[in-house]
Amino acid sequence: MLRFIIYLRYICNMCFRTVEPLEYYRRFLKENCRPDGRELGEFRTTTVNIGSISTAEGSALVKLGNTTVICGVKAEFAAPPTDAPDKGYVVPNVDLPPLCSSRFRSGPPGEEAQVASQFIADVIENSQIIQKEDLCISPGKLAWVLYCDLICLDYDGNILDACTFALLAALKNVQLPEVTINEETALAEVNLKKKSYLNIRTHPVATSFAVFDDTLLIVDPTGEEEHLATGTLTIVMDEEGKLCCLHKPGGSGLTGAKLQDCMSRAVTRHKEVKKLMDEVIKSIKPK
Amino acid sequence: MEEEMHTDAKIRAETGTGSSPRGPGCSLRHFACEQNLLSRPDGSASFLQGDTSVLAGVYGPAEVKVSKEIFNKATLEVILRPKIGLPGVAEKSRERLIRNTCEAVVLGTLHPRTSITVVLQVVSDAGSEARAVLTFALDNVEQKLLMSSTKGLFSDAELQQCLAAAQVASQHVFRFYRESLQRRYSKS
Repeated sequence: MLRFIIYLRYICNMCFRTVEPLEYYRRFLKENCRPDGRELGEFRTTTVNIGSISTAEGSALVKLGNTTVICGVKAEFAAPPTDAPDKGYVVPNVDLPPLCSSRFRSGPPGEEAQVASQFIADVIENSQIIQKEDLCISPGKLAWVLYCDLICLDYDGNILDACTFALLAALKNVQLPEVTINEETALAEVNLKKKSYLNIRTHPVATSFAVFDDTLLIVDPTGEEEHLATGTLTIVMDEEGKLCCLHKPGGSGLTGAKLQDCMSRAVTRHKEVKKLMDEVIKSIKPK
Repeated sequence: MEEEMHTDAKIRAETGTGSSPRGPGCSLRHFACEQNLLSRPDGSASFLQGDTSVLAGVYGPAEVKVSKEIFNKATLEVILRPKIGLPGVAEKSRERLIRNTCEAVVLGTLHPRTSITVVLQVVSDAGSEARAVLTFALDNVEQKLLMSSTKGLFSDAELQQCLAAAQVASQHVFRFYRESLQRRYSKS
């Protein structure tokens, strides 16, 4: 009899969640927690796996709870741009295929994918994670192009944080072979036996927040929370506390005090992510 | 590279009103606006600040496709066309920023199941060679931060400074809105 009552209660809760999702969430938020048991300022379990794609120069798989993003970096040759002959290129692309969520259709990239791609491009540009001059082989003639492809395998909210982390981890994993220009033939000779890591200058880490009911801020929103939120905010910070990006695409307003709370949370998140990254890098056996 | 964090020129109010005071750390380029200059759109405006100018046209409330219909609000759509070339990923990103900002302030619930389309054309663009550029959208009631878009590297203290400067500057902009609308509706 008791088991039946517990079962009935569970069914009622699930129905309530479907019929009135906002009210369901409000009940949890009033107690300062969320349906999945997290606190308002708590991130989901973050795991990272480096070097899983052997055909790419660098790769990383990041899981933020259920959200899964894989980043593969491929390096190719190209002529440097005419207005900057000593610079290479870093070309990011975020793909949200129909595999990750039912809201995406196959075909040309939708708005969400384009916005995410532009966001990653801005982070790379603003944070100066790689000095583009390091990618130049021969000024005016040859330079590296790093194609960073980020593919979402499972979409459960907070895609920007996962993409930024995956990009950072993959770039730290990239090994470029030594290239010399043969003076006689003027051709590039690639020495695959001698590889070196990229010089990663800063470590940008993104922290995303969702605004509920114009007042409450929760960190690392899931897909359902993002849908119910009235606004979002993403802060990208590097290790010195400098901000690479403060991305708030509309939505409800935030006061200066709330912004400061977000900043301090972003600082602690940066420390967590940096620690995780260092552990993973250390555990990789050198090739 | 110059280390300027905000645009740098005198603010001159529109002709007809006296010159407005300049707050500390806040100097806006001269801005001007012309309304209802296009005949086909339901509403249009051209906004000019220094050498940067944008033309906007609004269509709506109009019919909306069933797939895009929202049962209790108007569906807002923004199209941004750059000065040169075809619209790319950067334009898509800006369109989303503008759309989300407008959705927060437009009273869409007054026109459910309709569409409001805003089309923006960049006519001229005079940017600035600064270490970092921070763009904010603030609301006029409580000066809360509605939208923020940044470029470049900056510290938290610099962010607070820019936010304070933006709050002062927004007062001038809101006063400009009120004056230009007053002038327009007093004529008709």
